Amino acid sequence: MIPPEFDYVRVSSVEEAVSVLAADEEAKLLAGGHSLVPLMKLRLAAPTQLVDIGRVPGLDAIERSNGDWRIGALARHAQLQDRPDMGLASRVAASIADQQVRNRGTIGGSLAHGDPASDLPAVLLACEGRVVARGTGGEREIAAADFFRDYLTTALEPSEVVTEIRLPALEGWGFAHRKFTRRAEDWAMVGVCVAVQAEGGVCRDVRIGFTNMGSTPLRATATEEALRGQPLEAASIERAAAQAAEGTDPPADLNATPEYKRHLARVLTGRALREAAGL
Amino acid sequence: MSATVPGNGAVGRRMRRKEDPRLITGRASYVDDIALAGTLWCAFVRSPEAHAKIVSIDASAALERDDVVAVFTGEDVDAGALPCAWVPPGVEVNTSEHLCVAKGTVRHVGDPVAVVLGTDRYSVVDAAEDVVVDLEPLPVVASLEAAMSDGELVHPESGTNKIHEWSLGGGDVEAGLSQADVVIERTVVNHRISGAPIEPRAVLAEDRAGQLTVWSSTQVPHFLRLFLALLLGMSEERIRVIAPEVGGGFGAKLQIYGEELFCAWAARKLGRPVKWVETRSEHMMVSHHGRDQVAKVRLGATRDGKVTAIHAKIDADMGAYLMLLTPTIPSLGAFVMSGVYAIPNVQTDITGWYTNKMPTDAIRGAGRPEATHMIEVCMDQLAAELGMDPLELRRRNFIPADDFPHETALGIVYDSGDYAGALDKLLEHFDVGAFRREQEELRAKGIYRGVGFSTYTEICGLAPSRVTGPQGFGLQTGLWESAMVRVHITGAVTVYTGTSPHGQGLETTLAQVVADRLGCDPEHVEVLHGDTGTGPQGLGTYGSRSTAVGGEAAARAASKVADKCRAIVAHMLEAAPEDIEVRDGRFSVKGSPDKGMALAEIAGAAYIPDPLPDGMEPGLEETAFYDPANFVFPFGAHACVVDVDGETGKVQVVRHIAVDDCGPAINPMLIDGQVHGGIAFAIGQALYEQVVYDEDGQLVTGTFVDYALPTAAELPSFETDRTETPTPVNSLGVKGVGEAGTIAATPAIVNAVVDALRPLGVTYMDMPLSPVRVWQAIEEAKGVTA
Repeated sequence: MIPPEFDYVRVSSVEEAVSVLAADEEAKLLAGGHSLVPLMKLRLAAPTQLVDIGRVPGLDAIERSNGDWRIGALARHAQLQDRPDMGLASRVAASIADQQVRNRGTIGGSLAHGDPASDLPAVLLACEGRVVARGTGGEREIAAADFFRDYLTTALEPSEVVTEIRLPALEGWGFAHRKFTRRAEDWAMVGVCVAVQAEGGVCRDVRIGFTNMGSTPLRATATEEALRGQPLEAASIERAAAQAAEGTDPPADLNATPEYKRHLARVLTGRALREAAGL
Repeated sequence: MSATVPGNGAVGRRMRRKEDPRLITGRASYVDDIALAGTLWCAFVRSPEAHAKIVSIDASAALERDDVVAVFTGEDVDAGALPCAWVPPGVEVNTSEHLCVAKGTVRHVGDPVAVVLGTDRYSVVDAAEDVVVDLEPLPVVASLEAAMSDGELVHPESGTNKIHEWSLGGGDVEAGLSQADVVIERTVVNHRISGAPIEPRAVLAEDRAGQLTVWSSTQVPHFLRLFLALLLGMSEERIRVIAPEVGGGFGAKLQIYGEELFCAWAARKLGRPVKWVETRSEHMMVSHHGRDQVAKVRLGATRDGKVTAIHAKIDADMGAYLMLLTPTIPSLGAFVMSGVYAIPNVQTDITGWYTNKMPTDAIRGAGRPEATHMIEVCMDQLAAELGMDPLELRRRNFIPADDFPHETALGIVYDSGDYAGALDKLLEHFDVGAFRREQEELRAKGIYRGVGFSTYTEICGLAPSRVTGPQGFGLQTGLWESAMVRVHITGAVTVYTGTSPHGQGLETTLAQVVADRLGCDPEHVEVLHGDTGTGPQGLGTYGSRSTAVGGEAAARAASKVADKCRAIVAHMLEAAPEDIEVRDGRFSVKGSPDKGMALAEIAGAAYIPDPLPDGMEPGLEETAFYDPANFVFPFGAHACVVDVDGETGKVQVVRHIAVDDCGPAINPMLIDGQVHGGIAFAIGQALYEQVVYDEDGQLVTGTFVDYALPTAAELPSFETDRTETPTPVNSLGVKGVGEAGTIAATPAIVNAVVDALRPLGVTYMDMPLSPVRVWQAIEEAKGVTA
């Protein structure tokens, strides 16, 4: 509960953060601190210095632009929670941990941490969003499908700073979120977020993102394929949801066996799809 | 001494807690808040192995740090071994040496191998990582099964992992079972849990010219002083122990811990104050755990539901060492193994076992939750076997209300009770018929709702020496309590209690008790506790004893003061002492209420003693010591309603209704608070919490992420009610209530889940009823029925 010694620097611009990170491989960005600081207190992380970007101006704005939500990397979970017009992202943000954590945690920090048990990575993946990052070589955009590489590992370079998240608004889509926890504040044992585009009672498109079903967030591609073009009815959803765990190999943990997680994925996917389809 | 006085109505009031303003505004002072100049901080270097030989310890890198003053290993510390206070006559106990810093061998993860002391709280933790400890791993005994096989040994020198065997019984259990038409056998597992108070442990020790002062977050300051004197070889009057504000204990602070002994030893060795504050991770690892026993229960009954015998064979995983009360704990349950039922043949056989885990000891309920869980779950199992309604089975076996005091088969005497009355009261809040109809309707929609009941009694008010002492059951205890009541010249009152409250609200309860006897306002009664340097000796707070024993001591001291007040008033108003009554805040002459004196006036006379009767001592304070004649036996009935998600196995508590009887209420609001907390504790154990070690003896549940304490979001709004059956044991008529909810509730929850899942073929489950385990039970039942 007492972290190792570290230095602390507060920066006032993204450029300054990039240059500090570039000069010190063991430095870590500090935003909301709700993933990094607990790891430090458990002595599982020991950065040489914390680069606090919490007061960099303009990094927490949420705007709508050309069919996308443009979300500043420092936007707090509570900001998303308070914007029900953002749909799935808002719904999922409201389920993260407890209100104190939501008041501090940021979307950029959550994505950059790359924890498959966190909730927002699955949203990014399901919505096919992009992450905007700035590093020594300038700014680039990384597609969700390319962003999550492995457990706690993303496509970000050590000196890159996430500045913005772009989420397609999926206007007119139905959506739902199912998060299975032992306690309200826990990380998901399994989480499922779905977005469904319906046209005349038929599934035109569907996106399903899983939390904690592997070393990265995952798409339930077999279920998506099984449902696309099918009528949105209980029977077709049940058939599609039965394939939800295909291709997944979730690790066992204290609260669940792999078999149980795969079972939960099927059950929760069915429930989420029925809600998103308005059944 | 006079009998119970009618009082002024201070008893029975829903008075707000006197201690709360300082607690909820952050003005309370805990050990961590106490800062002494020149303090050295401790960081314990702890074993990462469950069982290993210490090959070498190299502290040179740590000692090179400027702010590190000393590093001590077990070889350096010349204090005595930590105590186990239970030495039953005629029972062989396989004891083992338990040192505050290990020497030669470590026997559980977290066992200390060295201690770093330095001037900075943070840097000693860094320095502890610089201490290089070479450990040679030894075979690990990581489970009860492994311990019982005696293949690998925790303490090889004794040749066995067995700690002791202890039996308590009455009647003839085999004869009783042979008279039964139906005998059920169940293996009931009661898993390991943590006390997890909000304030972890903390110690600060200072030696000034041979006078040692130790501040500790403890439930037992007087015991701690006694043992520090013995283990440090000091005369007891040279030690003062203070338990300042203590943020909860739940039994985890009813202990003499190595960190307490070490800080006291090091403060004397180095001549500087020494401080240690436990981290949460340390608490999960090295504050004693509770429960962890497996019982084979046999329960027999005739076809018409008359229970003929109960036998429990308990194997308890007690961890690596025996701490203060470790082997005693299952015996506390044995005293109430037959619960609220008139069972003529009862037998409990207990065997303790060493494993390479943290020792177990008292955690809220301590033995009684385990016993109550066994019988109350098994009564439901028996009812199912007999095809009988579980409440009807209970009613057919209740000890009748007109049979008290009731001597059980064991020879324990239950003081008072009305078990059917408590159940009747419960059913005023819960319509079983309506519930069964609702349950049927919900099942049709795929919602599995169930109800479970528990009717219980517990044994508390530790402890009458005549029952537990050498002439009784030989537990070598006689846990009296003391109090001193001092009326100041202004009429304000100070009460010194030997109990050591740490969140229960006893400053309020005891103020009400004393104010009632003295006819004064409880707002002007201050209650001091937890300091061996003030007031008389005492024995602390645990085992639901503080009101039933400590409260009675305070009442008796107050009655002595009241008697003196009567004598003074009678003398001054020229009346007979027996004609003086406490009424409307005054001591007045019966029939002439205008003739009387307020407490302040009486105190004025007592401290300026000119008007006192000849020969009467000045002053107005009295001390009472109270050894109860018997235990007290609270009781009640609980009902729990749960919904189980048949697809995922997740359990949600929908309602929990509790009717508890702890005698006449002194403060109904505080009783509700204790019951709420007790039920939350039980729901925690039944559904969420478990201390888990893996097959290598590594602790898996090291933080609150994995050790799942429930929060408000997981709990229903509790429904509470009371019946009030006084005990004849004390003048207040009161029993205890601090553990009642915890003792009563777990079987109600488990019975409810089984009731919900019977249509799916699930007939029995052990705690914790986590989603994966419930799902697995449903899947297994499907396999059986398919």
